Amino acid sequence: MAWVAALVAGLLFGSGLLLSRMCDPQRVLGFLDVAGAWNPALALTMGGAILVAAPAFWWARRRHETVLGAVITLPDRFKFDSALFGGSAIFGLGWGLSGICPGPGLLLLTAGSTRAIVFVAGMIAGFYALSGLRRAKATS
Amino acid sequence: MTPDLWHALLGGMLIGGGAAVLLLVDGRIAGISGILEHVTRGAIGVSGWRLLFLAGLIAPAAAIGVGTIDFAQGVVLTAVSGLLVGFGTRLGSGCTSGHGVCGISNLSPRSLAATLTFMGVAMLVVFAVRHAGAAWRG
Repeated sequence: MAWVAALVAGLLFGSGLLLSRMCDPQRVLGFLDVAGAWNPALALTMGGAILVAAPAFWWARRRHETVLGAVITLPDRFKFDSALFGGSAIFGLGWGLSGICPGPGLLLLTAGSTRAIVFVAGMIAGFYALSGLRRAKATS
Repeated sequence: MTPDLWHALLGGMLIGGGAAVLLLVDGRIAGISGILEHVTRGAIGVSGWRLLFLAGLIAPAAAIGVGTIDFAQGVVLTAVSGLLVGFGTRLGSGCTSGHGVCGISNLSPRSLAATLTFMGVAMLVVFAVRHAGAAWRG
Protein backbone atom coordinates (compact mmCIF):
# COMPACT_ATOMS: atom_id res chain seq x y z
CA MET A 1 0.00 0.00 0.00
CA ALA A 2 2.76 2.43 0.99
CA TRP A 3 4.76 1.45 -2.11
CA VAL A 4 1.76 1.92 -4.41
CA ALA A 5 1.25 5.35 -2.83
CA ALA A 6 4.90 6.25 -3.50
CA LEU A 7 4.41 5.38 -7.18
CA VAL A 8 1.16 7.38 -7.33
CA ALA A 9 2.85 10.32 -5.56
CA GLY A 10 5.66 10.24 -8.13
CA LEU A 11 3.15 10.10 -11.00
CA LEU A 12 1.26 13.13 -9.64
CA PHE A 13 4.47 15.07 -9.02
CA GLY A 14 5.91 14.24 -12.45
CA SER A 15 2.64 15.10 -14.24
CA GLY A 16 2.63 18.43 -12.42
CA LEU A 17 6.20 19.25 -13.47
CA LEU A 18 5.24 18.40 -17.05
CA LEU A 19 1.93 20.31 -17.11
CA SER A 20 3.41 23.44 -15.51
CA ARG A 21 6.41 23.16 -17.89
CA MET A 22 8.72 23.45 -14.92
CA CYS A 23 11.12 21.20 -16.88
CA ASP A 24 11.55 23.85 -19.60
CA PRO A 25 14.79 25.70 -18.65
CA GLN A 26 13.78 28.83 -20.60
CA ARG A 27 10.50 29.07 -18.69
CA VAL A 28 12.33 28.77 -15.36
CA LEU A 29 14.90 31.38 -16.41
CA GLY A 30 12.01 33.62 -17.53
CA PHE A 31 10.57 33.33 -14.02
CA LEU A 32 13.96 34.15 -12.45
CA ASP A 33 14.53 37.11 -14.85
CA VAL A 34 12.76 39.71 -12.70
CA ALA A 35 14.64 42.59 -14.38
CA GLY A 36 13.77 41.47 -17.92
CA ALA A 37 10.70 39.97 -19.57
CA TRP A 38 9.55 38.44 -16.28
CA ASN A 39 7.20 35.48 -16.62
CA PRO A 40 5.43 35.07 -13.26
CA ALA A 41 3.56 31.86 -14.25
CA LEU A 42 5.70 29.59 -12.07
CA ALA A 43 4.71 31.59 -8.98
CA LEU A 44 1.23 30.10 -9.58
CA THR A 45 2.81 26.65 -9.77
CA MET A 46 4.51 27.10 -6.42
CA GLY A 47 1.37 28.65 -4.91
CA GLY A 48 -0.81 25.81 -6.23
CA ALA A 49 1.56 23.20 -4.83
CA ILE A 50 1.62 24.82 -1.38
CA LEU A 51 -2.16 25.26 -1.40
CA VAL A 52 -2.63 21.50 -1.78
CA ALA A 53 0.30 20.27 0.34
CA ALA A 54 -0.16 22.64 3.31
CA PRO A 55 -3.29 20.90 4.70
CA ALA A 56 -1.44 17.55 4.58
CA PHE A 57 1.45 19.02 6.59
CA TRP A 58 -1.03 20.59 9.01
CA TRP A 59 -2.48 17.11 9.61
CA ALA A 60 1.03 15.63 9.98
CA ARG A 61 2.00 18.23 12.60
CA ARG A 62 -1.14 17.50 14.62
CA ARG A 63 -1.38 13.71 14.29
CA HIS A 64 2.27 12.68 13.85
CA GLU A 65 1.15 9.54 12.05
CA THR A 66 0.28 8.41 8.56
CA VAL A 67 -3.15 7.14 7.50
CA LEU A 68 -1.65 3.65 7.95
CA GLY A 69 -0.65 4.43 11.52
CA ALA A 70 3.14 4.76 11.03
CA VAL A 71 5.02 7.54 12.81
CA ILE A 72 5.72 10.72 10.82
CA THR A 73 8.93 12.55 11.77
CA LEU A 74 8.98 16.05 10.31
CA PRO A 75 12.24 17.96 9.68
CA ASP A 76 13.46 20.64 12.10
CA ARG A 77 11.75 23.93 11.24
CA PHE A 78 13.96 26.36 13.14
CA LYS A 79 17.56 25.28 12.54
CA PHE A 80 19.53 28.06 10.84
CA ASP A 81 23.20 27.39 10.14
CA SER A 82 25.89 28.16 7.59
CA ALA A 83 25.27 24.83 5.78
CA LEU A 84 21.64 25.85 5.09
CA PHE A 85 22.56 29.26 3.68
CA GLY A 86 25.83 28.23 1.99
CA GLY A 87 24.28 25.14 0.41
CA SER A 88 21.20 27.04 -0.76
CA ALA A 89 23.39 29.78 -2.26
CA ILE A 90 25.48 27.20 -4.16
CA PHE A 91 22.28 25.54 -5.39
CA GLY A 92 21.03 28.97 -6.51
CA LEU A 93 24.22 29.53 -8.52
CA GLY A 94 23.71 26.27 -10.38
CA TRP A 95 19.96 26.76 -10.84
CA GLY A 96 20.37 30.30 -12.18
CA LEU A 97 23.02 29.16 -14.63
CA SER A 98 21.00 26.41 -16.35
CA GLY A 99 17.41 26.89 -15.16
CA ILE A 100 17.32 23.21 -14.15
CA CYS A 101 16.67 21.91 -10.62
CA PRO A 102 16.78 18.21 -9.55
CA GLY A 103 13.25 17.02 -10.48
CA PRO A 104 13.15 18.64 -13.93
CA GLY A 105 16.72 17.39 -14.53
CA LEU A 106 15.45 13.82 -14.15
CA LEU A 107 12.49 14.48 -16.48
CA LEU A 108 14.83 15.90 -19.13
CA LEU A 109 16.80 12.64 -19.01
CA THR A 110 13.89 10.90 -20.73
CA ALA A 111 14.66 12.89 -23.91
CA GLY A 112 18.16 11.43 -23.83
CA SER A 113 20.03 14.60 -24.76
CA THR A 114 23.71 14.94 -23.88
CA ARG A 115 23.16 18.02 -21.73
CA ALA A 116 20.46 16.34 -19.65
CA ILE A 117 22.83 13.42 -19.06
CA VAL A 118 25.77 15.62 -18.04
CA PHE A 119 23.49 17.67 -15.75
CA VAL A 120 22.31 14.59 -13.84
CA ALA A 121 25.83 13.09 -13.83
CA GLY A 122 27.15 16.40 -12.45
CA MET A 123 24.44 16.39 -9.79
CA ILE A 124 25.36 12.87 -8.64
CA ALA A 125 29.06 13.86 -8.67
CA GLY A 126 28.05 16.79 -6.43
CA PHE A 127 26.41 14.38 -3.94
CA TYR A 128 29.60 12.30 -3.80
CA ALA A 129 31.84 15.40 -3.59
CA LEU A 130 29.96 16.58 -0.50
CA SER A 131 29.94 13.20 1.25
CA GLY A 132 33.66 12.75 0.41
CA LEU A 133 34.43 16.18 1.84
CA ARG A 134 32.46 15.37 5.00
CA ARG A 135 34.31 12.05 5.42
CA ALA A 136 37.70 13.75 4.96
CA LYS A 137 36.73 16.34 7.56
CA ALA A 138 35.53 13.70 10.01
CA THR A 139 38.77 11.71 9.83
CA SER A 140 41.18 14.68 9.94
CA MET B 1 -6.55 33.58 -16.95
CA THR B 2 -4.89 32.23 -20.08
CA PRO B 3 -4.63 28.43 -20.61
CA ASP B 4 -0.92 28.72 -19.87
CA LEU B 5 -1.57 30.18 -16.41
CA TRP B 6 -4.19 27.47 -15.72
CA HIS B 7 -1.62 24.84 -16.65
CA ALA B 8 0.88 26.48 -14.30
CA LEU B 9 -1.64 26.47 -11.44
CA LEU B 10 -3.03 22.97 -12.06
CA GLY B 11 0.50 21.62 -12.52
CA GLY B 12 1.41 23.10 -9.16
CA MET B 13 -1.65 21.50 -7.56
CA LEU B 14 -0.62 18.09 -8.95
CA ILE B 15 2.87 18.60 -7.50
CA GLY B 16 1.33 19.47 -4.12
CA GLY B 17 -0.97 16.43 -4.42
CA GLY B 18 2.05 14.18 -4.94
CA ALA B 19 3.77 15.67 -1.88
CA ALA B 20 0.56 15.22 0.16
CA VAL B 21 0.12 11.55 -0.80
CA LEU B 22 3.77 10.74 0.00
CA LEU B 23 3.47 12.46 3.38
CA LEU B 24 0.09 11.08 4.45
CA VAL B 25 0.57 7.46 3.33
CA ASP B 26 4.36 6.97 3.47
CA GLY B 27 5.23 9.58 6.09
CA ARG B 28 7.94 10.89 3.76
CA ILE B 29 8.96 14.30 2.45
CA ALA B 30 8.92 14.64 -1.36
CA GLY B 31 12.40 16.15 -1.57
CA ILE B 32 13.79 15.03 -4.89
CA SER B 33 17.48 15.80 -4.28
CA GLY B 34 17.43 13.79 -1.03
CA ILE B 35 15.52 10.87 -2.57
CA LEU B 36 17.89 10.76 -5.54
CA GLU B 37 20.97 10.92 -3.28
CA HIS B 38 19.75 7.95 -1.25
CA VAL B 39 19.12 5.93 -4.40
CA THR B 40 22.53 6.76 -5.91
CA ARG B 41 24.20 5.59 -2.70
CA GLY B 42 22.81 2.20 -3.68
CA ALA B 43 20.91 1.09 -0.59
CA ILE B 44 18.22 -0.55 -2.73
CA GLY B 45 16.85 -2.68 0.14
CA VAL B 46 15.62 0.32 2.11
CA SER B 47 14.93 2.43 -0.97
CA GLY B 48 11.92 0.64 -2.46
CA TRP B 49 9.57 3.56 -1.98
CA ARG B 50 12.22 5.95 -3.32
CA LEU B 51 12.71 3.94 -6.52
CA LEU B 52 8.95 3.75 -7.07
CA PHE B 53 8.55 7.49 -6.47
CA LEU B 54 11.32 8.26 -9.00
CA ALA B 55 9.85 5.79 -11.51
CA GLY B 56 6.48 7.54 -11.20
CA LEU B 57 8.15 10.94 -11.43
CA ILE B 58 9.72 10.34 -14.83
CA ALA B 59 7.00 8.06 -16.27
CA PRO B 60 4.73 10.86 -17.61
CA ALA B 61 7.70 12.57 -19.32
CA ALA B 62 8.85 9.22 -20.72
CA ALA B 63 5.34 8.50 -22.03
CA ILE B 64 4.40 11.91 -23.47
CA GLY B 65 7.83 13.47 -23.99
CA VAL B 66 9.15 16.78 -22.65
CA GLY B 67 8.80 18.61 -25.97
CA THR B 68 11.55 20.63 -27.62
CA ILE B 69 14.02 21.72 -24.96
CA ASP B 70 16.10 24.85 -25.46
CA PHE B 71 19.03 24.52 -23.05
CA ALA B 72 20.48 27.79 -21.80
CA GLN B 73 24.11 26.62 -21.62
CA GLY B 74 26.51 24.38 -23.49
CA VAL B 75 27.61 20.94 -22.31
CA VAL B 76 30.40 22.16 -19.99
CA LEU B 77 28.41 24.83 -18.14
CA THR B 78 25.40 22.50 -17.92
CA ALA B 79 27.65 19.93 -16.21
CA VAL B 80 29.04 22.62 -13.87
CA SER B 81 25.47 23.65 -13.09
CA GLY B 82 24.57 20.04 -12.23
CA LEU B 83 27.60 19.80 -9.94
CA LEU B 84 26.63 22.99 -8.09
CA VAL B 85 22.98 21.85 -7.84
CA GLY B 86 23.96 18.43 -6.46
CA PHE B 87 26.50 19.75 -3.97
CA GLY B 88 24.40 22.74 -2.87
CA THR B 89 21.09 20.92 -2.43
CA ARG B 90 22.65 18.29 -0.16
CA LEU B 91 24.68 20.82 1.86
CA GLY B 92 21.54 22.92 2.29
CA SER B 93 19.37 19.79 2.90
CA GLY B 94 16.83 20.52 0.19
CA CYS B 95 15.90 21.84 -3.22
CA THR B 96 12.88 23.43 -4.87
CA SER B 97 10.72 20.45 -3.84
CA GLY B 98 11.99 19.72 -0.32
CA HIS B 99 12.34 23.31 0.90
CA GLY B 100 10.31 25.24 -1.68
CA VAL B 101 7.16 23.09 -1.75
CA CYS B 102 7.22 20.78 1.30
CA GLY B 103 9.07 23.04 3.75
CA ILE B 104 6.97 26.13 3.07
CA SER B 105 3.80 23.98 3.21
CA ASN B 106 5.01 22.85 6.65
CA LEU B 107 5.26 26.55 7.64
CA SER B 108 8.99 26.08 8.24
CA PRO B 109 10.98 29.34 8.66
CA ARG B 110 14.13 27.28 7.93
CA SER B 111 12.78 26.22 4.51
CA LEU B 112 11.49 29.72 3.77
CA ALA B 113 15.00 31.07 4.45
CA ALA B 114 16.53 28.40 2.19
CA THR B 115 14.01 29.11 -0.61
CA LEU B 116 14.57 32.88 -0.46
CA THR B 117 18.33 32.23 -0.55
CA PHE B 118 18.42 29.91 -3.57
CA MET B 119 15.77 31.87 -5.45
CA GLY B 120 17.51 35.18 -4.71
CA VAL B 121 20.93 33.90 -5.80
CA ALA B 122 19.42 32.32 -8.94
CA MET B 123 17.75 35.66 -9.81
CA LEU B 124 21.11 37.43 -9.35
CA VAL B 125 22.82 34.91 -11.64
CA VAL B 126 20.15 35.39 -14.33
CA PHE B 127 20.51 39.16 -13.94
CA ALA B 128 24.30 38.92 -14.31
CA VAL B 129 24.09 36.66 -17.35
CA ARG B 130 21.31 38.50 -19.16
CA HIS B 131 21.60 42.16 -18.15
CA ALA B 132 24.73 43.14 -16.23
CA GLY B 133 27.05 42.55 -19.18
CA ALA B 134 24.90 44.73 -21.42
CA ALA B 135 24.75 47.45 -18.72
CA TRP B 136 28.56 47.51 -18.44
CA ARG B 137 28.93 47.72 -22.19
CA GLY B 138 26.54 50.69 -22.06
